[in-house]
Amino acid sequence: MQQQPLLEMRDIWKTFPGVIALAGAKLQLLRGEIHAMVGENGAGKTTLIKILTGALRRDQGTIQLDGQTVHFHSPFQAQAGGIGTIYQEVNLVPRLSVAENIHLRHEPRRWRMIDRHRMNSQAAAQLEQLGVTIDVKQPLATYGIAIQRMIALARAMLLESQLLVMDEPTSSLDEREVDVLFKTMRQLKAQGRSILFVSHRLSELYAVCDRITVLRDGKNVMTESTSRLSRMDLVTAMLGQARDSVHPQSRVGRTSVKEVEGQRTSLRDPPVLEASHLCRRPRLIDASLKMKAGEVVGIAGLLGAGRTELARAVFGAEPAESGSLRLNGRLVRFRRPAEAILAQIGFCPEDRQVDGIIPMLSVRENMTLAALPQLSRWSIVSRYRQRQLVRRMIERLGIKLASPDQAIHELSGGNQQKVLLARWLCTQLRLLILDEPTRGIDVGTKDEIRGIVDEMAAEGLAVLMVSSELDDLIDHCQRIVVMCEGRSVAEFEGDQINEDSILAAMAHGSRSSGPPGD
Amino acid sequence: MASTKAMIVPHVARHRARRDRWINTWQRYGTLMALTLLVAFNLAFTPGFRSTQAWSTNLTQVAPIVIVATGMTLVIATGGIDLSVGSLMAIAGTLAPLVFQASIWPLNQQAVGTSMAIVISVAAAGLFGWFNGWLITSRHLQPIIATLVLFIAGRGIAQALTNGGHIEINRPDFQYIAFGRPGGVPLQVILMLVVSLSAIGVMKFTTMGRYIVAIGGSRSASWLAGVPVTAATWFVYILSGSLAGIAGLIEVAIISSADPNFLGLNMELDAIAAVAVGGTPLTGGRAMVFDTLLGALFIQLIRYTLLSHGVPYAAAQIVNAALILAAVLLQRLGS
Repeated sequence: MQQQPLLEMRDIWKTFPGVIALAGAKLQLLRGEIHAMVGENGAGKTTLIKILTGALRRDQGTIQLDGQTVHFHSPFQAQAGGIGTIYQEVNLVPRLSVAENIHLRHEPRRWRMIDRHRMNSQAAAQLEQLGVTIDVKQPLATYGIAIQRMIALARAMLLESQLLVMDEPTSSLDEREVDVLFKTMRQLKAQGRSILFVSHRLSELYAVCDRITVLRDGKNVMTESTSRLSRMDLVTAMLGQARDSVHPQSRVGRTSVKEVEGQRTSLRDPPVLEASHLCRRPRLIDASLKMKAGEVVGIAGLLGAGRTELARAVFGAEPAESGSLRLNGRLVRFRRPAEAILAQIGFCPEDRQVDGIIPMLSVRENMTLAALPQLSRWSIVSRYRQRQLVRRMIERLGIKLASPDQAIHELSGGNQQKVLLARWLCTQLRLLILDEPTRGIDVGTKDEIRGIVDEMAAEGLAVLMVSSELDDLIDHCQRIVVMCEGRSVAEFEGDQINEDSILAAMAHGSRSSGPPGD
Repeated sequence: MASTKAMIVPHVARHRARRDRWINTWQRYGTLMALTLLVAFNLAFTPGFRSTQAWSTNLTQVAPIVIVATGMTLVIATGGIDLSVGSLMAIAGTLAPLVFQASIWPLNQQAVGTSMAIVISVAAAGLFGWFNGWLITSRHLQPIIATLVLFIAGRGIAQALTNGGHIEINRPDFQYIAFGRPGGVPLQVILMLVVSLSAIGVMKFTTMGRYIVAIGGSRSASWLAGVPVTAATWFVYILSGSLAGIAGLIEVAIISSADPNFLGLNMELDAIAAVAVGGTPLTGGRAMVFDTLLGALFIQLIRYTLLSHGVPYAAAQIVNAALILAAVLLQRLGS
């Protein structure tokens, strides 16, 4: 009755300096199964995947694939052994063409030379299956991150892997693309292949997965079939303790209090920020928004709707070519981030790893990077004040770390994000822009970060938040601006905020009186 | 069964942690340890090493390398590289005698001439460093290409200054740089220490120091955090150029002759080697200024040891390279 599992990982241990990442974790995958692995940040999911795919070596434990004990020392060996991986961050070669990326290290040969014709046609066909029709001869970097992820998937499929590992494959996909991905996953499953799926979105787990393994602190909490596990139990297992409420329920009460405050300030003061008709083609065409002090304003929209571009235009990272920006009523123009920072604006970028943290530097240096001018005199940094500030922030935000002198890349994603928030809290801020502040962060830390944002807003900070998680925006924002194809198409406030109308605006661009963008 | 395993495994983990700590220690103090061993070896087996003469020879020879390598460390910490330092030494070194010999404009007082020569030639080297910075920040050239321009052209400029020949120097007040011994310590050794210690201070205590390593760690993240990326990049190339200028003056003063064909030749490679042996990663993000000093001393001392034990120069070069490689490989052990 019991079939032999495709993959059996037993008693896996892995330590990093000062941290035990895995303490006897195990994982079992059946043939033709979509298996979810979930856990808070720092639970050891990524480490376990890296060990499976040969990117890291285990300290101890056994891995059996198809009944055979295996030792992969490199990702290539793992690929040859039938394990394909799509990592959280797309890791393909930007300058090579799409087809070259798909076939990298497995190029079709003819007379010992690369058969470009076959390579291109195979790549195109594979992508077509995934519902993506693009020119495969173009360099990878020509395409957006969602397409790149589909390309990574096409690559994994072409290698005919028995086991596909997907580490948060949906984090940058819009709903339609997620549907395509799920359809593909079910096809693969029907072919008898297995998929290991990591995601923070619970609804996705329930949509495609057969079984769920929960990790916590490097150990297994449970493995259970999806149909027998309620969401409540799953979240409880992930967090490790029963919480009185999984999602804060107090939205109505809090919002109304804020609204009163907001109206009170609005009578006296001009808006903190007023952006009108910002334009930076091709991705930002005509966006306007207004923010008051103490207000959390959300930017909603599908992937590629120009959300990030609007945020970056306000911050001067990709300055608008036309349109105007007013700060407290005064006309301003930021040509680079440093100018926006001088005007007391902070920005936490979408891609934490590349644009946020400075991996090799310590938590202390990362946190105080923007505040250095305030911490120094005659450009000599006061170490005493620096340390004090850092200690205060670590305490206030509940950052978990071994020491402030630890390199930031050793921290979990959630704690890294907290450090980046602290980077701006160290300075005097008027406006904080958050681009996907809770992406890839576990449930518990997510709530903490939302709490911090609410708290800062209550102290009078204006917060502009881009998020692809609609629930997040609905729960936390007093006002939501919807972007569609580079335009701000709708704005909802207070009681008008509800999921249906926002979704409608995102999909159709409800106030699209102008001509549709090419 | 399970319980015995559970007992063994934390032990293994502890063992790992101990090994990692050992590697950390090695990375932090490895260069120092290697240097100490080398000094101990020489004290035991090299006749005459105990003499002040030997120490002073070694230190005076290494001083220009350390001065250039210190600037190079900061450049490399930003993720860049400066290939032009050798050529800038040649420019500064030939410009100085031209100024004090009044070949450019007449000068009455010798002291004025000497100080002007020093200031002008170092400033000129700094100006060329500014040019490097301009190519890199404003024209967005890659540092290796940008500084290759002056690597090639710089020596040409120096040769043009002297019409291809070399200039003999006999100028005691200028050559005080090379032969002065305030308190018994050669002046260039003092200069070397001042430069190295100042750079350590800059990296440790100033905002500029933080900006330099931040840029090397992640340019885009630094830019978004408001770090003055352009200014800091410019700063390191100007500094590197100026320090090369100082080193050029020292060399000219030592050999009493300014020969643009050989002055500072291969200096960029010596400096990069010292930085690498010191353990500063060539990818940037860290600046180990003190270790660069130790690295330069290490290379110098190996060369001295081999030669004083009668190893032929050709063989010494090979052994030298092998030891540098070993030092760098050991540095990378943990990563």
